[in-house]
Amino acid sequence: MTQYLINRLFSLIPMMIGVSILVFSAIRLVPGDLITAQLGTEAGMLSETQRQSLEAFYGLDKSPLEQYFVWMSDVLTGNLGLSVRQGQPVLDLIFDRFPITLELAILSVLIALIIGIPLGIVSAIYSNTILDILARILAMIGLSVPNFLLGTLIIYVLSVYFRILPNSGDYVSLFEDPVRNLQQMIFPAITLGTSFSASVMRMTRSSMLEVLTEDYIRTARSKGIIEFLVIRRHALKNALIPVITLVGIEFGYLLGGTFIVEQIFAIPGIGRLTVNAITRLYKGSRSLSPSTLC
Amino acid sequence: MADHSVASLDQNQWQRKLQHIWRERGTVVGGVIILFFLAIGVCGFFGITPYPVVEQHPLDRLSAPDTTYLLGTDQFGRDVLSRIMKGTANSLQVAILTVGISTTIGTMIGTIAGYFGGRLDNIIMRTMDIFFAFPALLLALLIVTILGTGLYNTVLAISIVYTPIFARVARGQVISVKEMEFVLAARSLGGGHFLIVIRHILPNILPVMIVQVTLALSWALITEAGLSFLGLGTQQPEPSLGLELSSNRALAEIAPWLILYPGLAIMLMVLGFNLLGDGLRDLLDPRTR
Repeated sequence: MTQYLINRLFSLIPMMIGVSILVFSAIRLVPGDLITAQLGTEAGMLSETQRQSLEAFYGLDKSPLEQYFVWMSDVLTGNLGLSVRQGQPVLDLIFDRFPITLELAILSVLIALIIGIPLGIVSAIYSNTILDILARILAMIGLSVPNFLLGTLIIYVLSVYFRILPNSGDYVSLFEDPVRNLQQMIFPAITLGTSFSASVMRMTRSSMLEVLTEDYIRTARSKGIIEFLVIRRHALKNALIPVITLVGIEFGYLLGGTFIVEQIFAIPGIGRLTVNAITRLYKGSRSLSPSTLC
Repeated sequence: MADHSVASLDQNQWQRKLQHIWRERGTVVGGVIILFFLAIGVCGFFGITPYPVVEQHPLDRLSAPDTTYLLGTDQFGRDVLSRIMKGTANSLQVAILTVGISTTIGTMIGTIAGYFGGRLDNIIMRTMDIFFAFPALLLALLIVTILGTGLYNTVLAISIVYTPIFARVARGQVISVKEMEFVLAARSLGGGHFLIVIRHILPNILPVMIVQVTLALSWALITEAGLSFLGLGTQQPEPSLGLELSSNRALAEIAPWLILYPGLAIMLMVLGFNLLGDGLRDLLDPRTR
């Protein structure tokens, strides 16, 4: 087992190098250059000598391979450059924004579990009844509603029927005002967690159905233990193992899937930072600096 | 006692019937939804729409749905139904082309990796893992930023994102099929690698790949709509369901039909592919039988 883990960890190294090459290439392949991104229209007024000296200053005159090694050593020492727009170190921006995205992802998982597990249990216990069919239809709809649609509809319903604008006002952090923070985060979390709750429901249901046919459940029932305890003490504990695995895998996807939800609800997380950087660069001069993308 | 057995037999039969109806109905409903949207998409593609999609009717701006404009008009007086029809055509076009490209390339890559195994398999699959390290939408956004927006660039971007998924599924299937006796028999009869793969392996991984294709169509639809929603997919004045939803968000309070109908169209299409995919998985995937 230890050998297997060591092998897996070592196999990560070439993959990480591959990821770094892909990121570096993506940065270099985007039309435009760092100088244009920094100076904007004034870049056109530079003389050839000025441009060359700026290229030398930023290391853009080096070969792509040399540039990669310089970039890589910067990344490994925590230097991701400066944001062109905000003038702050990119690493600081990431540290500022990441906790917000993390909070959103954790809240989404909690919502998904709160909705998905009870629904999955009920669906499995009352398998093939109208209750089960309704729960499965609900799960299928949950899986089919894209989060940008659900987010838009939530904002519409809240603003029209309840006169609440969940995407208005400045973001307040959890440590400043937990109540206000929760008010701001709950609807984005519902948006992000809905389709995941459908996956949790389906996994809980199929796992429960499998567990409920096991011998130890039959034994527990034949001992006269009430059904609630059979489910809670014996079935649920085992049925939740694949659900926990699913949560582990999906959590990573949730962290990386907040782009649209953060955009809709104006949550200043890492997703919004990334999308804003990409769209700004695309819609502007289509010029890209490595630091802005990071 | 006998009565009890009969009762439980009846109950089991009912349960089986209910299960059967549920499964079949889901698949049929999914199929009908997809056929409906395919018909709408074909009409949109060939311009068979109530009004030209970019034609503006300034006097009828933000008209609520009525007999003249069945699904209302937008802020420029453009017919929402016509734009949904063309948007459906664009979305389906992207989804079908994307899944077609990624299935073909992914299956080829996965088959080579799974069939030959060893170092080649390791190199191919670790390369695929590099793409898996990126969230799908982020990778698509990056590629679109490099290539530029537009329908075919969107297709290329989403194809690159989904190819590793097909490669991984195909590889797994090929690894299990290549050890089967009929493959060993073909090999012992002197069959070449190409012949074995084409005649014996690919037909046997096809059912699982078909299920994957159906489900991937729904993901591709969502990714395309997501890219357009963020302004990096289809560009105005060309309609796209995601773009319609995004560009009309601010008007939702006074003209809810502008977000409800495009949203409903996306949701129903994704639902259709999911239902069809689930049904086909029950039918074709041996692991779920």
